[in-house]
Amino acid sequence: MSILVLAEHDNTGLKEATLTTITAASQIGGDIDVLIAGDQCAGAAEAAAKISGVSRVRVADNACYKGLLAENTAALVVSLSSEYSHIMAPATTNGKNILPRVAASLDVSAFSDIIGVVSADTFKRTIYAGNAIATVQSEDTIKVITVRGTAFSLAEQNGSASIGAVTEAHDLGLSTFAGESVAKSDRVELTSAGIVISGGRGMQNSENFSMLEKVASKLGAAVGASRAAVDAGFVPNDMQVGQTGKIVAPDLYIAVGISGAIQHLAGMKDSKVIVAINKDPDAPIFQVADYGLVDDLFDAVPQLEQAL
Amino acid sequence: MRESMEFDVVIVGAGPAGLSMACRLMQQAQQAEREVTICVVEKGSEVGAHIFSGAVFEPRALEELFPNWKERGAPLNTPVVRDDIYLFQDANKAKKIPNSLVPQTMHNEGNYIISLGNMCRWLAEQAEALGVEIFPGFAAAEILFNEDGSVKGIATGDMGVGADGQQKGGYMEGMELHAKYTVFSEGCRGHLGKQLMEKFDLNKDADVQHYGIGIKELWTIDPAKHQPGLVVHGAGWPLDKDTNGGSFLYHGENNQVVVGLVVDLSYSNPYLGPFDEFQRMKHHPVFKETLEGGTRISYGARAITKGGFNSLPKMYFPGGLLIGCDAGTLNFAKIKGSHTAMKSGMLAAESVFAALVEDDQGGKELTSYTEALKNSWVYDELHRTRNFGPAMHKFGTFWGGAFNYLDQNWFKGKLPFTLRDNTPDHAQLKEASKCQPISYPKADGKISFDKLSSVFLSSTNHEEDQPCHLTLKDAAVPVEKNWRLFNGPEARFCPAGVYEYIDDTRDADEKRLQINAQNCLHCKTCDIKDPSQNITWVVPEGTGGPNYPNM
Amino acid sequence: MKILVMVKRVTDPNVIIRVNAENTSVDLNNVKMAINPFCEIAMEEAVRLKEAGIATEIIAMSIGPAQAQDQLRTALAMGADRGLLVESEESLEPLTVAKLTAKVVEEEQIGLVLLGKQSIDTDNSQTGQMLSAILGWSQGTFASKVDIVDNTLNLTREVDSGLQSLTLTLPSVVTCDLRLNEPRFASLPNIMKAKRKPLVIKPAADYGVDLTSKIKTLKVESPNTRQSGEIVGSVAALLDKLKTEKGVI
Ligand SMILES: Cc1cc2nc3c(=O)[nH]c(=O)nc-3n(C[C@H](O)[C@H](O)[C@H](O)COP(=O)(O)OP(=O)(O)OC[C@H]3O[C@@H](n4cnc5c(N)ncnc54)[C@H](O)[C@@H]3O)c2cc1C
Ligand SMILES: Cc1cc2nc3c(=O)[nH]c(=O)nc-3n(C[C@H](O)[C@H](O)[C@H](O)COP(=O)(O)OP(=O)(O)OC[C@H]3O[C@@H](n4cnc5c(N)ncnc54)[C@H](O)[C@@H]3O)c2cc1C
Ligand code: SF4
Repeated sequence: MSILVLAEHDNTGLKEATLTTITAASQIGGDIDVLIAGDQCAGAAEAAAKISGVSRVRVADNACYKGLLAENTAALVVSLSSEYSHIMAPATTNGKNILPRVAASLDVSAFSDIIGVVSADTFKRTIYAGNAIATVQSEDTIKVITVRGTAFSLAEQNGSASIGAVTEAHDLGLSTFAGESVAKSDRVELTSAGIVISGGRGMQNSENFSMLEKVASKLGAAVGASRAAVDAGFVPNDMQVGQTGKIVAPDLYIAVGISGAIQHLAGMKDSKVIVAINKDPDAPIFQVADYGLVDDLFDAVPQLEQAL
Repeated sequence: MRESMEFDVVIVGAGPAGLSMACRLMQQAQQAEREVTICVVEKGSEVGAHIFSGAVFEPRALEELFPNWKERGAPLNTPVVRDDIYLFQDANKAKKIPNSLVPQTMHNEGNYIISLGNMCRWLAEQAEALGVEIFPGFAAAEILFNEDGSVKGIATGDMGVGADGQQKGGYMEGMELHAKYTVFSEGCRGHLGKQLMEKFDLNKDADVQHYGIGIKELWTIDPAKHQPGLVVHGAGWPLDKDTNGGSFLYHGENNQVVVGLVVDLSYSNPYLGPFDEFQRMKHHPVFKETLEGGTRISYGARAITKGGFNSLPKMYFPGGLLIGCDAGTLNFAKIKGSHTAMKSGMLAAESVFAALVEDDQGGKELTSYTEALKNSWVYDELHRTRNFGPAMHKFGTFWGGAFNYLDQNWFKGKLPFTLRDNTPDHAQLKEASKCQPISYPKADGKISFDKLSSVFLSSTNHEEDQPCHLTLKDAAVPVEKNWRLFNGPEARFCPAGVYEYIDDTRDADEKRLQINAQNCLHCKTCDIKDPSQNITWVVPEGTGGPNYPNM
Repeated sequence: MKILVMVKRVTDPNVIIRVNAENTSVDLNNVKMAINPFCEIAMEEAVRLKEAGIATEIIAMSIGPAQAQDQLRTALAMGADRGLLVESEESLEPLTVAKLTAKVVEEEQIGLVLLGKQSIDTDNSQTGQMLSAILGWSQGTFASKVDIVDNTLNLTREVDSGLQSLTLTLPSVVTCDLRLNEPRFASLPNIMKAKRKPLVIKPAADYGVDLTSKIKTLKVESPNTRQSGEIVGSVAALLDKLKTEKGVI
């Protein structure tokens, strides 16, 4: 068995999602090659060579891969595919854009956003927005898979793989990269933040939310809220987390003065670590929290801010 | 000017009453080879989404409407095989009442355990096949009148209006639906029906209407405990002796049971919470044994019209009719209203069709409808059971029950006098200072649950950014009166956690009423039981509300 | 230019999903179904392109059970000119759906295919990309802005880092994201008119595409419920745990 992992990178280094995808690949087993496609991406190739478990780094450095255009990148992957039993990529917007195109070109099915490897041909993935988990098996000769980053740990970085160039350029001329605007970063986006700190009705008013802002800016976190806090007018609607708000799954979710109604949990229960600060020891939020602090938030939050 | 469309008949509400009416009308039209145009509007996202019932179904009206209902695949799959009746004495004890002592009306041979929602889904298919236009997701928001004061039709609500009353992107103005006859079948406490009663004084000669709130859950249980066709009814605990009501547990198909409690809204203690009563009720061994190890899969609530015969209003007015529970045709002695609702719809269809055949251009009072009703089994049935509710109100569950046993079994409901009860339910509430607070046990998350996780299972939702559909006549009343005098009873009688009295952040000693309209189950209890009659339920944007499957 | 809009019948987004007792699927018994919200956005975009004089005809297509006619009627009420149901009682995997669609695209001489970026039931996000590969067309996924001038498609995509702009050759396949537009409500008269618009039903088997699935679903389970963790005594203890035990800060 041999696996090709299409890397997610920024030309100079790798994105974490690549490291988690390599962990998933190593659970399948076999040789792992990493493909770095891009324009001026040698730095990323160097970084990939250091990941433990990687045998070979293949670099396709050409202007036609700028912005990882789906048509060209898929053609590139397809041209290399005959050597592999599995083709994998992180389930990022790039991975999701490119791999299904690869699969259809190879006339095989694809598996999106897997959260578990059961065996070389059997995987777990969520369906119905995470409300069910399906175990699915592939009968295809080549398995094309995208991997959910939060479901796997990061691969270690003490390897030394060889680096080789893929020189053939696949410019299909179907699309052109016309620019990119990076999301404004003065406020961390709720849905992509690594840490989210949310306030509920316990915050009492909008001024008190500045306590959370302070903690957030120290942690590089985004600030969210419960519906009760939004309805009371403490914060705008787009900060609502939950069934009818945003769905978040950060590494760390801190719920402050939130009781933990099921409709709120629906928006954050897949967070890696949940912390609850609430003065009511019976609040349902403690049933899902990894760490609970039974305390008045007006004492605890300033303390937290100072300790950071 | 709003756009308008013309029909022969517009029907408001796709419940058993409205759909039976539509089917019967089309059957007659087809028989007479006449074209009749019928439009049914339904506020739920689909037919059945808002239908909430028990239900033990008496197939009498269905037999008359579709004699071949079996071949047509009507979802009547579980015949009742046994009736058990319990008198609950306390949290652990219950007496099974011998069959010979049970009022005749509580026997269910020949009936079926069904999902009334699925029944309506099937009726809608029949109606559409007959040529009826059904529009789910459109709520009738307003009654339209002709210059002569007769009903001209209805207008559907605007879509895409923000909470601030401003139009949002995708705004769509409501439509006027004009008809020769407009028929209101909104079910219990219809919000347009209520306006019609006032406008035409339809209640003039009737007793005050009475209501209950029914709360129900659908469970999948251990197949070993499942007894398809078993019907269990109970009275007594957890309700105290001043509070009427009854519990039920029906074993349906697919290893599913429904368990529920109906609480009379004539209760007097503002601390009482029908939801909490129901949650603790399930811990009684009679229920717990069945439910233990099972999974709760759905939850809902709906008010029930229980005044019966004495409270029936005048059901016609110029240009329209009231049918089914919108008028109050439910037989409370049987806790069944779907068969009478259907029959009232079928009779209404016959009156309307007769008028249309005579080239009636609409707007008249169809008195023939009431005549037909009087000559039908609906009237006979309701008349026999007219004392049932008032007896319970007057004498309590025990002596009322005894009266009902004698009345229904020995005298077949023909005792030559009528008990009356003219205090409206909302006026029964006593001030909090005169009542004992009730402390309910905490939900255990296995048999009993909290309100919000219950509401979750109703799949209810409303577009958040829209005007609140729970309107207050006077915004000061909730705190000034309902909170000060009654300790905020709406927080308890609302089965969906819509009303919350929370600390006013500007003044710690003050309360503020928070209305979470998004949670609303459209049960109408607040409109009925608010002691100040300050809350008026109006239709939210179409499709809003619960999405009940199999309820 | 003729536009093909793909419309999928899925569970209503408001409905609570439960796994069935047999652990083979989710329980869909009498559950409210609806048009996939992302497909609705695709439909709206097609109507806007027609209103702008760019599209000449909109064909709404669904591949699914007979009941998917309901969703096609919704699409027709929103403004599609005609409907096509490629009927299959079995649920088909994305690759098969893409192959069937490719046949329709050829038959109908389609210039642009619009569809949702993913369906909210299977959450695959594959069909558009696969279709584009089979047709050998350009692809614009996760679109938040569609602009057609002089036979080129200027597209803005929502990507992890922000927004990406592409210029695509036509014909093309575009999958639509949430922010592309706000779909209109279907009005009553349009719903009535939609009942009379042409809707053709063809069995999926008629297209000469192999319909057998290469993916076997072995099991469907409910996600694990979270277990409650520990109560910590102080902010300091909390921070310590987060740093040393979990390494999240
Ligand atoms: C259809 C529907 C959709 C919904 N969608 C959402 C959604 O998307 N998101 C959402 O959040 N909710 C949603 N809800 C609402 C949800 O059910 C709850 O009502 C809401 O989440 C409650 O918010 P809360 O926890 O902030 O408020 P509360 O339940 O009032 O909890 C406040 C908490 O703060 C604590 N507290 C108070 N003061 C202090 C203090 N000084 N120090 C420490 N703790 C304190 C209290 O102990 C309490 O636990 C939805 C409901 C429905 C029916
Ligand atoms: C807990 C409980 C248990 C019951 N058990 C039984 C039983 O075992 N057997 C039995 O026979 N009966 C039972 N009933 C009674 C039975 O459910 C009702 O009698 C029956 O549903 C009445 O039918 P209807 O058509 O009049 O109204 P409904 O069934 O209430 O239907 C009204 C329809 O109109 C729609 N609607 C309302 N207003 C508008 C509007 N403005 N615009 C558009 N649409 C609107 C509603 O969404 C709904 O779909 C029970 C009721 C309850 C609450
Ligand atoms: S707000 Fe009123 S109608 Fe809605 S669920 Fe509560 S009591 Fe029922």
